[in-house]
Amino acid sequence: MSRARAVVLWLLFLAACLGSVAHTRFTADMSAFLPRSPTPQQQLLVDQLKEGALSRLLLIGIEGADGPTRARLSRDLATRLRASASFVAVRNGEAEALERDREILFRYRYLLSPAVTAERFGVAGLHAAIANSIDLLASPAGLMLKGLLPRDPTGEMLEVVSALDSGDSPASLDGVWASRDGQRAILMARTAAGGSATDAQEAAIADVRTAFAAAAAGVGDARIVLSGSPVFSVDARATIRAEVTRLSLISSVAIVSLLLLVYRSFTALGLGLLPVLSGALAGIAAVGAGFGNVHGLTVGFGTTLIGEAVDYSIYYFVQSGAATPDDCTWRQRFWPTIRLGVLTSVCGFASLLFSGFPGLAQLGLYSIAGLVVAAAVTRFVLPHLRPAGFRIRDLSALGTALRPVIRGLGRLRRAVLFLALAATAVLVVNRNDLWNPGLSGLSPVPQAAQDLDMKLRGDLGAPDLRYLVVVNAADRENALVASEAVALHLQPLVDAGVIAGFETPARFLPSQAAQRARQAALPDAATLTAALPVALAGLPLQPERLAPFLAEVEAARRLPLLTPETLAGSSLGLLVDSLLMERPAGWSALLPLRAVRAGSTLRDLDPQAIRSALAAAGQPGALFVDLLGESNRLYGAYLDEAVLLSLAGFAAIVILLAVALRSGRRLLRVLLPLVVTVLVVIAGLSLAGERLTLLHLVGMLLIVAVGSNYALFFAGDDAVVAPPTLASLLLANTATVVGFGALAFSPVSVLHALGVTVGPGAVLALVFSAILAGGRQP
Amino acid sequence: MTKALALLVLLCLALPARAAWDIEQLMHDLARNKGGKVRFVEKKYIALLDRPLVSSGELGYFPPDRLEKRTLLPKPDVMVLDRDTLSIERGKQKLSLRLADQPQALAFVDSIRGTLAGDRPALERSYALYLTGSEERWTLSLLPSDPRIAALVTRITIGGSRDRVRSVEYLQADGDRAVMTIEPLETK
Repeated sequence: MSRARAVVLWLLFLAACLGSVAHTRFTADMSAFLPRSPTPQQQLLVDQLKEGALSRLLLIGIEGADGPTRARLSRDLATRLRASASFVAVRNGEAEALERDREILFRYRYLLSPAVTAERFGVAGLHAAIANSIDLLASPAGLMLKGLLPRDPTGEMLEVVSALDSGDSPASLDGVWASRDGQRAILMARTAAGGSATDAQEAAIADVRTAFAAAAAGVGDARIVLSGSPVFSVDARATIRAEVTRLSLISSVAIVSLLLLVYRSFTALGLGLLPVLSGALAGIAAVGAGFGNVHGLTVGFGTTLIGEAVDYSIYYFVQSGAATPDDCTWRQRFWPTIRLGVLTSVCGFASLLFSGFPGLAQLGLYSIAGLVVAAAVTRFVLPHLRPAGFRIRDLSALGTALRPVIRGLGRLRRAVLFLALAATAVLVVNRNDLWNPGLSGLSPVPQAAQDLDMKLRGDLGAPDLRYLVVVNAADRENALVASEAVALHLQPLVDAGVIAGFETPARFLPSQAAQRARQAALPDAATLTAALPVALAGLPLQPERLAPFLAEVEAARRLPLLTPETLAGSSLGLLVDSLLMERPAGWSALLPLRAVRAGSTLRDLDPQAIRSALAAAGQPGALFVDLLGESNRLYGAYLDEAVLLSLAGFAAIVILLAVALRSGRRLLRVLLPLVVTVLVVIAGLSLAGERLTLLHLVGMLLIVAVGSNYALFFAGDDAVVAPPTLASLLLANTATVVGFGALAFSPVSVLHALGVTVGPGAVLALVFSAILAGGRQP
Repeated sequence: MTKALALLVLLCLALPARAAWDIEQLMHDLARNKGGKVRFVEKKYIALLDRPLVSSGELGYFPPDRLEKRTLLPKPDVMVLDRDTLSIERGKQKLSLRLADQPQALAFVDSIRGTLAGDRPALERSYALYLTGSEERWTLSLLPSDPRIAALVTRITIGGSRDRVRSVEYLQADGDRAVMTIEPLETK
């Protein structure tokens, strides 16, 4: 290729990449962790994480000061937040806030109470219900119920209210919710924005802090703590953003310093970085074009590319010495080895493309595009750009100095094989504790934040929404009708103690059909007036006392049906909203199930019992979902897939090398040090107490993919590596280790996992290659 | 320890201050009560109904925070007051209330539990206290000072002997009243 054509093509390519990157959307939300092609159950998990009630729930704690001050701050903060458009509901346990709920429940009690049937309002039914209410007057609750008796002698309000109470309610201090130890006031706020709208959630969190600062002005020692999914996703994004900037900066500065130290020339540095920058640009453009967005984590992983792509220009400069663009020596002697190295790396990364874990797929595409472009720029463009007579400092002296070291290392051959055996033994002994069992191992949420969340949730008795029954229907009414059918078959499970209880949106928003049926079951005024004296026979209550009852039943018969609009703004509306979801294909109703408490732990539910209940309810479309199990299964699927992909990638690399090297012995010389490296690194991590996640597994693949670049240079039959080549390997390896090593210090667990595996792996791959090759030296 | 206590009691008996028996002394006696179970019969006189409702059962007090009222007749139900949570269980129905939201329950809690605990500050937070009678047969009247409670209960009258509560009467704002008489359980 002529000089002009190569350079012009390269510039055009860069311009195209820049144009593409300018239109690329960068994200940093949890989408990198969610499956690309989910099952229906996983889809539900994804919906819950992205838009569900849990993803909108902000837990707020007020600490410091004294109890009454915290209660005042809680009220003040709640008032301010209720006025904010960022929140649809704010609850802090104030009695006044529940007043509206009580009004709605009382007004609509005859349409809400499942006890309302024609039998209950016949003579015998009325007698039994009223007798029960009179008995209740004798009980401690009587004081509260007495006032209601003339209006509600059948006790429908109690039927409805007892459904509202769902087990653990938060403790209360000075009229507002407080932690069990009373040292913290607690509020619950629901953001208007769903979990995937991170910007809006970030604004909502800022609103809370501003409102608290205004409320707490002048109260010196009160502070606010925040938790919940919105906080996690906002913090995770901020962490990933900060990390990506920090890591890129650290590894860039380190590599630039390294190159300057060795080259002592800004021209060489500038030229050396050109392939890296071209590669990074191409990588981002490729991911943007292939996925529609680029995740911050991808760019974070991408810092490793800086360290790897810079290798090619190092090889070129150091190995080609004073060669001119027309000199074919480097191209003939070294380029085939480097090309093979690039191809093995590409094989390794290519297997990631098939991952269902979007973060990994992006990493795969980014690295492939980046490496191929960096290598191509080194091979085809760099020779044309180097000024006439340019050469970097001769590093032969360094290479020559290294030769005896390599020879000395050769004596450690046995030691390496022994180390491999020891590592294998460690892995066999620790085999049961090697892996981190859950998706949490990938979570960017730090442990301290998870602990705070547990504490606040415990204080609130917030439901953990682990078990759900989900019914899908074309519209809301049918979703509610289906929920009612399911509820009818879940109730026997509650009575039998299989489950402790369940929620359903139809409890406070019955289907129109159910409401109409209840209205139809109520007798008209004449019938009820005639029935009452008979029903009251033997009871210490005169029919005249129940005149308000007659009026209320008559009103209920004509009451417009309860709609979502009726519930708007009440905490009942909030509850119903969180259990009813509009989806692209219709409506879903969620029925969270409560597990039976056994001591301090919750017993696992028997899925079979639930599934048979759903079948009996005639709702074959209803799903029983164990969200925790689902998220573990999701992680398990990622892990299984990662194992498969890593093995496939490894196999592809082996086949590629076998074809290229055309010699079993040389193939063995390349692979042996890499396999030993993987064993030693994993054993080392296990001994250091790291629990492996799928990112470590991917790291192992990358050790092979990246390490082969170094091993290949030692695999030649002459077994003598020229001094400049040795020097270039040392330099290139150091750059790669810096690139991956920087990730090891990241608090973001996925980045850390990759760095801590590949960083040491790259060093060991070079050292073990040298040692095992050194043994063959004369 | 026991000796010191005995000495203290002797000392108390010997002192002339013993004659000035007052609320302080009553509270002191009550506070020494180690709790336990008693039998109760409660009659509720409700204007709405033609005849009083009678219920009976066991009352248990476990200092300092736990009060249990187990009604056996006419229908079994259990009311447990533990710290600030009032739970009522009746057949399958369970109801759990936070006291801060319920002034009625608060009135109930502070009167009975405060009296049983001899916790004068807790009582005086919501009521004005009046004591009549003798140590052998005293009557403590609680008049609500908190208007929220006064809207429901106009007077609570507690009768007793030494460190034992014998009766509790609630006079409600609407004229209805409840009278609970308490006897030791026959066991022991």
